[in-house]
Amino acid sequence: MSLSRTIETPEIIGAQDPKSAPRKHILDLDDYSREEITDVLESARGMKEVLGRDIKKVPALRGKVIVTLFYEASTRTRISFEEAGKVLSADVINMSASGSSAEKGESLLNTGLTIQAMGVDTIVIRHPHSGAPHLLAQHLDKVSIINAGDGLHAHPTQALLDLYTVQDKLGSLEGLKIVIVGDVLHSRVARSDIWGFAKMGAKVVLSGPATLMPLDLMRTSKSIARSPFASLVEVDTDLDRALEGADVVMALRLQQERQKAGFLPSIREYIRRWQVTDSRMELARPGAMVMHPGPMNEGIEISNSIAHGGSSVIEDQVTNGVAVRMALLYQTTIGAVQES
Amino acid sequence: MQERQIMNHEDVRRALARVAHEILERNRGAEGLVIVGIHTRGVHLARRIAANLAEFEGIEVPVATLDVSLYRDDNRVRSQSHTKLQPTDIPMGIQGKRVVLVDDVLYTGRTIRAAMDALVDFGRPQQIQLAILLDRGHRELPIRADYVGQNLPTAFNERVKVRLIETDGADEVALIFEDLEVPEESPEISKDEQEA
Repeated sequence: MSLSRTIETPEIIGAQDPKSAPRKHILDLDDYSREEITDVLESARGMKEVLGRDIKKVPALRGKVIVTLFYEASTRTRISFEEAGKVLSADVINMSASGSSAEKGESLLNTGLTIQAMGVDTIVIRHPHSGAPHLLAQHLDKVSIINAGDGLHAHPTQALLDLYTVQDKLGSLEGLKIVIVGDVLHSRVARSDIWGFAKMGAKVVLSGPATLMPLDLMRTSKSIARSPFASLVEVDTDLDRALEGADVVMALRLQQERQKAGFLPSIREYIRRWQVTDSRMELARPGAMVMHPGPMNEGIEISNSIAHGGSSVIEDQVTNGVAVRMALLYQTTIGAVQES
Repeated sequence: MQERQIMNHEDVRRALARVAHEILERNRGAEGLVIVGIHTRGVHLARRIAANLAEFEGIEVPVATLDVSLYRDDNRVRSQSHTKLQPTDIPMGIQGKRVVLVDDVLYTGRTIRAAMDALVDFGRPQQIQLAILLDRGHRELPIRADYVGQNLPTAFNERVKVRLIETDGADEVALIFEDLEVPEESPEISKDEQEA
């Protein structure tokens, strides 16, 4: 088993068509069909109705156990999964790397096997290494694995909540222009969003400093093998030009902990050229919406007034995240009829 | 696999007209009624019953929709598409109302049990009544319908298929015989059967 291979050509585990058995794992959106994404978004709408009730509790996953296994810091994703599981009546156990046996050197696989041996139904994992959820999915046969962010690779539940939020506001994703601006190189959110938006028929334009664009997406780098993304997206390092006619502008967090490697001359230059501001938003389509996967560096990749202004749907993204994760937990945890 | 027609378009129309009349008779009008259709075909039947009530009595009875998936006790799914939820929409609320639940086929009763659990999460109705297009027997719970389009005794290994114009292009109820032997798995876990 080669892990590096799964990064180059993501191995498709559990690729599904809607008529087949329910999806067991959610690892990335690359193996989702448009129909399957549409179904998830529709189910999420049903889940959002549950969240709007006076009594936010349904018995769907009673008796099921979900573990959130987080090897990286998180506020919204972890809490959102926990709320989603609890509204569906599952028992949710939160585990983080600090304070666990991971500190004593236990391998990821052994931690996974231990959790599986306790009879857990679903593991929601976030890990700094790309491919960690795939590793668990390949070796654990009794639990469902949901990827809550792995390294630079994928964050499929975030992408689905982004799709939901845009569809909810604008009605359809077909033909929309989505501009994703900032540190795409280090963004697993951007990678999953590209799959999701492209599959739903939207046009994705990436913008930001050339040093923070993935090399295999740059049109100029003919010598480098194109990734499957290359045909789905455009890159334009000139944000003002990229914003023309944009329906959605998504700012990514400038991952300052990664900037020491010299990707940027200075934060000030970044702010001047790529911060999403009121004046820049005037270049986009009137009524265009602003998104951010959070956590935000307000005043760096996004101005304060935009972050909390009328065009911002950043809080809607958080609300919708619970509904989308309910739909995904329900789908994977409910269990399939055993064909005899 | 063979198929025999049990009800045609006219049979369905007459049955729904009679059910609407029985609802009016039993409730002495349509005041305070809410019709709640269970997805998928129950929703369309609910709308048709409401249209009948409007025609017969000149009163608009609110129609709500209910997806009971999250309340099922046989909640194991056969395919990807079965994990999809449909909209539950009860804008008028049911507190103190007389609720008429509507579904196409009454079989084990488990769908109706789930529907009642779902309903009480929205309030305390004064009463819950049940209207059904076809009762095929084989109850596993102490549930019976108040309004029945047609009773049809069936065998376990037969399936009932309700087709409606809104979903299938034509109104029809058909009995499908498996010419095979009795299936191995217990029928109540099959959502196909429940919805059939």
